[in-house]
Amino acid sequence: MVAAVLLAGAVGIGLGGLMVGSAPFTLQEVLGVLTGAGTPAQELVLLEFRAPRVVAGLAVGASLGLAGALTQTFARNPLATPDILGVTSGAALGAVAAICLGGGIYAVGVPLLALGLPATAAVGGLVTAALVYGLSWRHGIDSYRLILIGIGVTAALSGVTSYLIAQAKITDAQAAAQWLVGNLSGVSWASVWPVVAVLAVVAPVAAFQTRNLSAGQLGDELAVGLGVPLGRHRLIVIACAVLATAAAVSASGPVEFAAFVSPQIGLRLARSARPPLAASALVGAVLVAGADLLVRGVLPGERPVGIITAMVGAPYLIWLLTRRRGKGEEL
Amino acid sequence: MTADGAVPALAAEGVTLTYDREPVFESLSLAIGEGQVTTLVGANGSGKSTLLKAFGRLLAPRAGQVSLSGRRLSTMPTRQIARQLAILPQKPLTPPATTVRELVSRGRHPHQAWLRPWTGRDAAAVEAALEATGLAGLAERDASTLSGGQMQRAWIALVLAQETPLALLDEPTTFLDLAHQLEVLGLVRRVNQERGTTVLMVLHDLWLAGRFSDRLIVLAGGRVVADGTPWEVLTPATLREAFGLEAEVMPDPVTGTPLVVPAAGSGAGGPPRPGRL
Repeated sequence: MVAAVLLAGAVGIGLGGLMVGSAPFTLQEVLGVLTGAGTPAQELVLLEFRAPRVVAGLAVGASLGLAGALTQTFARNPLATPDILGVTSGAALGAVAAICLGGGIYAVGVPLLALGLPATAAVGGLVTAALVYGLSWRHGIDSYRLILIGIGVTAALSGVTSYLIAQAKITDAQAAAQWLVGNLSGVSWASVWPVVAVLAVVAPVAAFQTRNLSAGQLGDELAVGLGVPLGRHRLIVIACAVLATAAAVSASGPVEFAAFVSPQIGLRLARSARPPLAASALVGAVLVAGADLLVRGVLPGERPVGIITAMVGAPYLIWLLTRRRGKGEEL
Repeated sequence: MTADGAVPALAAEGVTLTYDREPVFESLSLAIGEGQVTTLVGANGSGKSTLLKAFGRLLAPRAGQVSLSGRRLSTMPTRQIARQLAILPQKPLTPPATTVRELVSRGRHPHQAWLRPWTGRDAAAVEAALEATGLAGLAERDASTLSGGQMQRAWIALVLAQETPLALLDEPTTFLDLAHQLEVLGLVRRVNQERGTTVLMVLHDLWLAGRFSDRLIVLAGGRVVADGTPWEVLTPATLREAFGLEAEVMPDPVTGTPLVVPAAGSGAGGPPRPGRL
C-alpha cells in the first residue's frame, strides 16, 4: 500500500521532471514523445537532454535508499549509512583526484569526463570498501568493528581529499566542490546506464535477503539458531550496499543524506520493524528526483541536488519523528 | 554411543574449545540423551555457556566434533540444523515495532523458503506456541512493552514455534524474580513432557537445576566434575570442588529434590549480627 503510493509518486515526479525545464512541455506532449508521436526537436530535448537527468535522479535515489536500508538493518543502527563502509569517501577521493590531478576537468575532455570521472569514483569506492571489509575481518565480520574501521578510513581519506582540493587550482577546486555536494547537471545516458544496470542486479539479490534481515534483527546468535548462514548473508548485504552506492555516487557525486534519511522515512511510513527495502528505495527515488525537479523548475539558478535533498529530507524526517513521539517508537 | 547403544540426540567427541587461543575445554566428550532435561551447572567462568554454544554450532570446536543424531554438525547445512535444534541465547534483541505474534512467527524461519512463504502449518505452530506460553491474550501487544517474565515467555514461544526436537537454552531465567523463574522452568518442563522436546540448558541456581532437571552436569576447570541425577551430583564434596562452597544438601520439603543449603560463614552469607551493618 505504502509502496504503491510511493511508486505512483515516483512516476509522477518522473513525468514532472520531463515537463519542467528551460523549454516547458505539457503532459500531453511528454506522453506523446514517450509513445513515439513527438517531433524530432521534442525528442531531442526530452530523450537526450532531459530524460537522462530524470532517470539518473530516480535511479540514484533508489540505489541510495536501498543501500541505506541494507546497512542500517544489518548494523542495527539508524546512523549506519553506506558511508561507514568507506565507499563514499573512497569514491570522493577517486573523483577529486581525477579532477585535481588529471590535469583539470577541462583537460580530461568531455567524453572522458562522462566516463572517466564516474569510473575513477567507482574504482575508489569499491577499493576502499574492500579495504574496510578486509580490515574488519576477524573470524567473521563484526558490525561494530566494521563501523569503527569505516569511520577511521573515511576520516583518513577525507583528509587526503581536502588536501588535494586545498592545493588545487581554483577552477579545479570549484569543480571538485561541485562534485562533492552531489550534482545531476552533467549527467548523460553514458553515466546513467551503469546505475540502472547495477540497480537491476542488486535489487532482486537484496530482496532475497529480506527474511534473513528480519531474523538478523534478533541478534547474531539467535539468527544462526534460526538457520541464517550469517557470514554469507552479511557478505551479500554489504556487497549489495557497496555496489549500489558506488554506482550512484559515481554518477551524481555523494547525495549523502539520501541514504540516511530515505530508509528512516520508509520505516515510519510503513510502520515496520526494520526499514523496508522497496519503500526505502522508492522514498530515495522520490526524494532525489523530486529535489532535482525543484532545482530545475522552481529555484532560481542551478543549485546542486545534494543540498536540496538535505534541506527537504531532514525537516521531513524531524517532522515525522516529533509527530509520532510518545508512542514508544524508537529510531 | 550411549551405554544402551542408542544414538544420542547431541554428542561432543574429543572437543577442544578455545577463546583467543586460550583453551576452555580440551578433548571433552559428552553425550546428551533424547527426551531428557539436562542442565549444565558450574561456577562463573566454568565454560557452561561456551559448551552450550559449541553444541549449538555458535562456536566451532578447534578440534573434535559435535554431532546431532549421529551426523556431524559441521557437515550439515545451517538451515537443516535449525529444523532439528533451536537455540535461545542469553541476550536476544527485541526488534522495534514488532508484536508478540510477529516475534514468535520468526521462529518459523527455518521452515520457510522463497517458494513456500507462509502456510497454515506455520500459523498453527505460532498459535500453539502462544497458547503453550500463555501469551495468546498478549499476541497483538508490542513486544517492547512486555515485562521481563512475559518477554522471556515470548522468547520461549519463538523457540517452540521452531518445532525442533531439541532446544538449547542459555540461562533462561536470568533477570527474573523467583516466581517468574519457577514459571519459566515449569514451562520448560511441561514442553519437555508434552512435546517430548530434548532440553539442554545452562542454569545458575542449583536448587532450581535440581528441581527441574533429569540430569545435571557439573563443570569446573575445563572438565566434567560430576554427571548424573540431581541426587547423585549435588553432594557436599562436589559443591566444594566445583564451587568452593561448604554446603549441606537436604531433600526439598515440597518436591523431594535436593536442596543446597550453604553452611554458616561460607562466602559473604550468614545472618546479620546486631551491632554490625
